[in-house]
Order: sequence, then structure tokens, then C-alpha cells
Amino acid sequence: MPDDSARRAEAGADLTLTSVTKTFGGFTAVDSLDLVVEQGRFFALLGPSGCGKTTTLRMVAGLEEPTSGTITIAGSDITRLKPYKRPVNTVFQNYALFPHLDIEENVAFGLRRRGVKDVKKQVDDMLELVELGGFAKRRPTQLSGGQQQRVALARALINRPQVLLLDEPLGALDLKLRRQMQIELKRIQTEVGITFVHVTHDQEEAMTMADTIAVMNKGVIEQMGPPAELYDQPATTFVSNFLGQSNLVRAEVLGRTGEEVVVDAYGNKLGAPAARARRSQGTVWVGVRPEKVFLAGAGSEPRDGSNLLSGGVVSDVSFIGVSTQYLVRMPWEQELTVFEQNSGAREAFSTGTHVDLHWSPAHTFLLDADQDAHAGDETYAQLVAEANA
Amino acid sequence: MSVAQAGAAAGGRVGARGGSMASGDAPTPRRRRSRTGYYLLLPGMLWLVLFFAVPTVQLVATSLYDPNGSLDTGYAMTWSFGNYLDALADYREPFLRSLAYAASATVLALLLAYPLAYAIAFKAGRWKNLMLVLVIAPFFTSFLVRTLAWKSILSDNGIVVSTLQALHILGPDGRLLATSVAVITGLTYNFLPFMVLPLYASLEKIDLRLIEAAKDLYADGFTAFRKITLPLSMPGVVAGTLLTFIPAAGDYINTKLLGSPAQNMIGNVIDNLFLVQLNYPIAAACSVILMVAIVLMVLVYVRRAGTEELV
Repeated sequence: MPDDSARRAEAGADLTLTSVTKTFGGFTAVDSLDLVVEQGRFFALLGPSGCGKTTTLRMVAGLEEPTSGTITIAGSDITRLKPYKRPVNTVFQNYALFPHLDIEENVAFGLRRRGVKDVKKQVDDMLELVELGGFAKRRPTQLSGGQQQRVALARALINRPQVLLLDEPLGALDLKLRRQMQIELKRIQTEVGITFVHVTHDQEEAMTMADTIAVMNKGVIEQMGPPAELYDQPATTFVSNFLGQSNLVRAEVLGRTGEEVVVDAYGNKLGAPAARARRSQGTVWVGVRPEKVFLAGAGSEPRDGSNLLSGGVVSDVSFIGVSTQYLVRMPWEQELTVFEQNSGAREAFSTGTHVDLHWSPAHTFLLDADQDAHAGDETYAQLVAEANA
Repeated sequence: MSVAQAGAAAGGRVGARGGSMASGDAPTPRRRRSRTGYYLLLPGMLWLVLFFAVPTVQLVATSLYDPNGSLDTGYAMTWSFGNYLDALADYREPFLRSLAYAASATVLALLLAYPLAYAIAFKAGRWKNLMLVLVIAPFFTSFLVRTLAWKSILSDNGIVVSTLQALHILGPDGRLLATSVAVITGLTYNFLPFMVLPLYASLEKIDLRLIEAAKDLYADGFTAFRKITLPLSMPGVVAGTLLTFIPAAGDYINTKLLGSPAQNMIGNVIDNLFLVQLNYPIAAACSVILMVAIVLMVLVYVRRAGTEELV
């Protein structure tokens, strides 16, 4: 990729959405959304289907008009601009390659529309970038899914948009190919330096590729930040469940000692750093990720210094290879999840064993207990749906 | 080069996975050749031989009979290839007129049908089915009755003629019946559904995301239509124009009811030769010429349109 394009893209082309709302009839798909995507970022909009992420993307592309609010790129208002007048290109969910044109003409489409005469060199370079040199004369139907995906990417990238939109670009690929393309996409993004806005419902995909993730739910952004921050310090129960798994235990705040909030969960005294407490009085959810929790035989672990929940009984053991997943039934009839690494250094437990759960207070977070503990938990939602069916 | 080979050549990441596909080296089990397929074909073949091959052979044979024979005395097979020259010499004008009328009607039908089919496919919403029924509705009455209806619509005392006269588009003695306009109008009307339906079928199949993709790639509405919608609807255009042109070129009812002998098409000539003059050899020669001419034109047309490359 020539340097001038990278330099051009560096000229401060932030994408900004200001209180953007989109309603379809009585349904609010996107609710007063504020968002700034810094130039050059790999930005992921993550959320379950129907959360408004694709609608947001389509409004940026110009394929949907916001009911209210403004969208700007590099300071200029593009809210009502026709799609073909925006410095934005899209990689569509099912690629939408033109079946009557060969790969070369598909990729050259945007350049030709803008009156670029000599497209051959650029098309060849672009096909080279996505590792499809030699495929120029093929038809889209003669390519595999992964290859079509890369053509769609090349077709959009060749126009050097200020923002590239990707709508579930890997959704139609099988798992192995998806992993490969995730790395590929990241490489290409680093190489061309264009802002990528990536819409996906796959939390792993978002975490692998994006440097900033916005988790969307019901038309609003629940939390935004780097993947590690979202994972370690979820702001809502939705984020804690949708991004990975969480154990959420109901507790009452007892008070504060120094930088630690102390709570009581069914008679167990637990601590959490004040900085990780979204709520520090009344009723809260005490949260901890399953891989942060350790199992110990009942009564074998001292209570001091670490968080300890006692009285559990192992109810299920799943051996996964690198780790073992335990379900532990607590005296208050809640099942908690524990991932133990199979390092060989730690004791294995079998079903029916009485155990205590312990973990470092530093890995504990506190959430507002008014929020649904199962929000964003797709496995749970599925179980409920099946039970109701 | 196979897809798998090409994939392997271009980085070997995607295509290589297909490399272990059976390559034909393994001994294939001897399969007893089943004849069931041929038996199943038999009724259809029989039908085709009886109702297509035999009549066609008979028609070609008739076209080579001695033109001096008659129904009473019988026809002798004299391999009179001169019949073709006579037919062409005598009826060159109706031949050319047929092709010209059919071509005009086809173009008009295409111009009328494309927007209609486009509207039904993309804009009709819940009215789609109703509109399709309306397109087919004329078929509920007979071809003859519909053409007769046009005769009264275009009649000298009808509202169309008097309106055109009032607007001075038509002179005080001007008329529509017995003109080429009337015949072409009739042909266009009668074959319009054959244009609309294939057009609708191919437009309806177009993935709207392709249009969105074109607009995303700097094509305005018109360019997106020209570069995406139109090329993708070509199979419908080809099918529609063929389904209109072929029957229109052989039609004789429209001329008979809406035109006059001055608008005679080749269908009228054949009709007259067979049923009035009882000149079977020349009539048959005319029929064969028409058939061959249409087949040749269709071949050239389909090849030029290149629809076989479309998905």
C-alpha cells in the first residue's frame, strides 16, 4: 500500500456520532447514541442480535437515515449525505459481490465510479494484499467463502475510505477459517492504518481484533473501552455475562475499610477494591470470573486475606483439556462456575465433594443489584426459552 | 487449472484443504448400466416424435412437393427447391413486415414491461401478488376476444380516435384501424404478459444488498441500475424478448382483425395459401423459411446477449 494513503488517513479523521437515534415505527433500534471512534482504530461494536449495532453501522454507511442526531467524519457532517458521497466503504455481511463481474471488476468498481482511468495496478496490488493474486479473472461463485470474504475486503479497501465498516464479516465462515481471517484482518488494518468499525455478536472475535470495544444492548452502549478493561472491570451485569462468563453472588455492603469495600454474601465476608465497585452501598452483585476462582477441600483454606465462599458441593465436572470446568452448588441453591487450569499442580475434585471457593479480592467487582443477574447470558436465555417452549 | 490447484498456488491456505478429494485413482465399482432412465424418457420422446418431429418432417417435405399439384390430384415429391425462391420472391414484403412489426412490438413491450416488472418486484410491497394476477388476468379471456375488444377501442367512432382527432393529432378522416399502428399496438398488447413475467422473475431474484453495495461504492441510483440491476436482469430481458418476438413474428390475428391486406404479415400469407389458395407447397416453404429465420436470429441474439454466463 502506498504511503500517501496512510498519511492521508492520518489527518485526524475521527468518526463521531452525537445523540443518534433511529426508530422503526414504534421500535427504537438505536437510542441517543454518543460515540467517538478515533482515527486509525480497530473499533468493535459488540452485542447480541437486535441490539442496534448493524443499524448504527448502516447509518454511518448512509444506508439508513437517523431519526435524529448527527454523524460526522473528520469534522464534516455526513448525516444526510447519500451513501455514494461518503468517504466510507462497507464489507457486507454476505459479501454482496457482484455475480456478473469478475474479481478484477468487482474490486475496481469503486475506482471506476470515481472516474479513475488506470485501475489495473491498484487492483493487482490490492488482490496481492488480500493474497488473491491470480484470481482476477474468476467469478465470485468460483471462489470459496474465505476468498469471497477477502474480495469484499479488497473491493472496499481499494477506495481508501476514511472509515471502513465491517458488518459481521466473518459470520459465514467456519470456525477455523474465522480464526485465520481474524488475524488476517488485524494484519491488514495495521498495514493500511484505516479506521475499522467492526460489527459483531462474537465476543471472542471482538476481543481478538479490536483495540476498543463498545458493548451494545437494546440500542445503547453499555460500556466502552479496551478489551482487557471491559473483561476485568465490567460495568454492568450485561457486560459481565456477554463478554465471557461471570459468577454473580448477591451481597449486602457492610462498610469500607481503606480502599476496600466489604460485603456480606450469605454469611461470608468478602472484599473488593473500591475502584472496582460500581456500587458501594446497599445490595450488590459480587462478581468474579470463573478462571480467577480456586477450589479447596472444605475447611482447608484459611479465610484471612482472600475471599472465601464455603459450603459448596461439586455438582458437575467437565474436562476440557487445558482446563476443567466445575459447577459448584452453594448452600443458597446457586450454582457457581470454576475453571481450574490442568497444570497438574492442583488437586482434582469429583462430583459430590464438599469444597470452598476462594479468590483474590483484587479480582472481585461489585455491580448494581437492581440489574438482572442473567442479562447478556445467552446460554441462560436459551435455557429459559427451552423451558417455556 | 482446478479450483483446488489454484487455491494451493495462491498461498496454499484455503485451497489446499480440498487436496485430498478423490482423484479417480481408486478403482470404481463396476456399475450395471441401468436402462430405467431411458424407459422413463420414452413417453416424452414418443410425444415429441409424434407431435413435433413428424409434423416438421412432413412440413419440410410438403415444401418440396411439385407446386403444380393440387389437393384433388395429389402432390408429387419433386424436390422442388425452387419453391423457396418463389416464396421469397413473391412474399418478401410480408416477411420483412412481419419481422419489423414483431421487432417494434417487442421493443414497445420491453419499454412498457420493464418499469412495470421493476415496480412489481421492488415497489409493490403487499400489492405484489395482486399486480401479478392483474398481469395474467387477460389470459382468462380468449386471444380473439381480446383482439376484438381492441378493434372496438380503436374503431373509427371510438373514443381514442375522436380524442386524437379533437387534439388534431389525427386528421378529420384519420383512423387507427387498418394501419400499422393498430397492428403493432395489438401485438404489443397481446404479448405484453410474456415480457412482464420473465422480467419480473429475474428482477425479483436480485439481491437488494448488491444495489446497496453499489451505492456504497460510489454509484448513484442511475449508475447502480445501469451497472447492477440491468445486467442482472438480462436473462429476463432475453427470455421476455424471445417469448414476445417469436409468436409475434408468426401472428396473423392482429393483422386480420386490426389491420388490412396492406399490413399483411407472413402469417396471413401462410394462412391464405393453406386455407384459401390451397397452395400447400408454397405455404409450407413460407413456414419453413419463417421457422429457420427465427431460429437463426434467436441463436445470434442469445449468443450476443451472453446470458449463459449469468448466474
